[in-house]
Amino acid sequence: MDDLVAHPFFPILVLFCLAGIVVLALLLVAQKVGPKKMDPVKAEPFESGNPPRGDARIRFPVKFYLVAMLFLIFDLEAVFLYPWAILLRRLGTYGLVEMGIFLLIAAVGFLYAWKRGALDWE
Amino acid sequence: MEISTAIFYLVAAVTVGSAAMVAFSRNIIHSAFSLLGTFAGVAGIYVFLGADFVAGVQVLVYVGGILVLILFAVMLTHRITDVQITNRSAGRIPGLVVVAILFVLLVQSIGETPWAKAKEVVYKATTASIGDLFLGDYLLPFELASLVLLAALIGAVVLARQEIKE
Repeated sequence: MDDLVAHPFFPILVLFCLAGIVVLALLLVAQKVGPKKMDPVKAEPFESGNPPRGDARIRFPVKFYLVAMLFLIFDLEAVFLYPWAILLRRLGTYGLVEMGIFLLIAAVGFLYAWKRGALDWE
Repeated sequence: MEISTAIFYLVAAVTVGSAAMVAFSRNIIHSAFSLLGTFAGVAGIYVFLGADFVAGVQVLVYVGGILVLILFAVMLTHRITDVQITNRSAGRIPGLVVVAILFVLLVQSIGETPWAKAKEVVYKATTASIGDLFLGDYLLPFELASLVLLAALIGAVVLARQEIKE
């Protein structure tokens, strides 16, 4: 047990366990305590909202995929910033120039996506 | 058995179990969601290997990004409108051949790897040393990574814009 508590990732394990316990507890309490009086109006997908039309299983427009793809690419760019940020003070100007080149290439991509209208939602 | 060992086996079981779900589930949505367990489990295994930065990136990029991308890809498929969404395998015999080759390769690499056992496992932050390598010995691959990302971005925009115009 001691080796577990001394492990540097032990706090993360505790965090995950607590998160799981809270979610389970909330679901269980809501199920046990919450009143359940079902009627046709409540069973609608949007209670007191517009009646839903058509099927929920439709093909999504490709625009969503483009946004996800752009997010992933800039997510990856951001990941490369973390190790650099730790070393920023030690590397000084040299590191700044290196990351500047890296980000410049990324900025070219961003400008391209912008000019081609990939960021517009029409 | 130590508790950390027990937790490792738990994480490994979640990883392999979810991977099996991905491969065997007949419903493509179930497959995509099962990937969540696989990605998270792999992050856990990275933690056990002491690779803290890689584990963080795994959660950030794979769980947060790639999984969303795969779910979008599933939602974009033609057959999403069918109620029976199955991912039929391409063919049993080609599949068997691929699996057999992969199995031999894996067994061979397991056999040839010298499984050195560390006397004492020391966990320390790896981000700074990764940064040192990125901005030092591996500077060119690091800058090339940016170019690869640029190529991916342009490819995505070109393909997606074409489809919108049609």
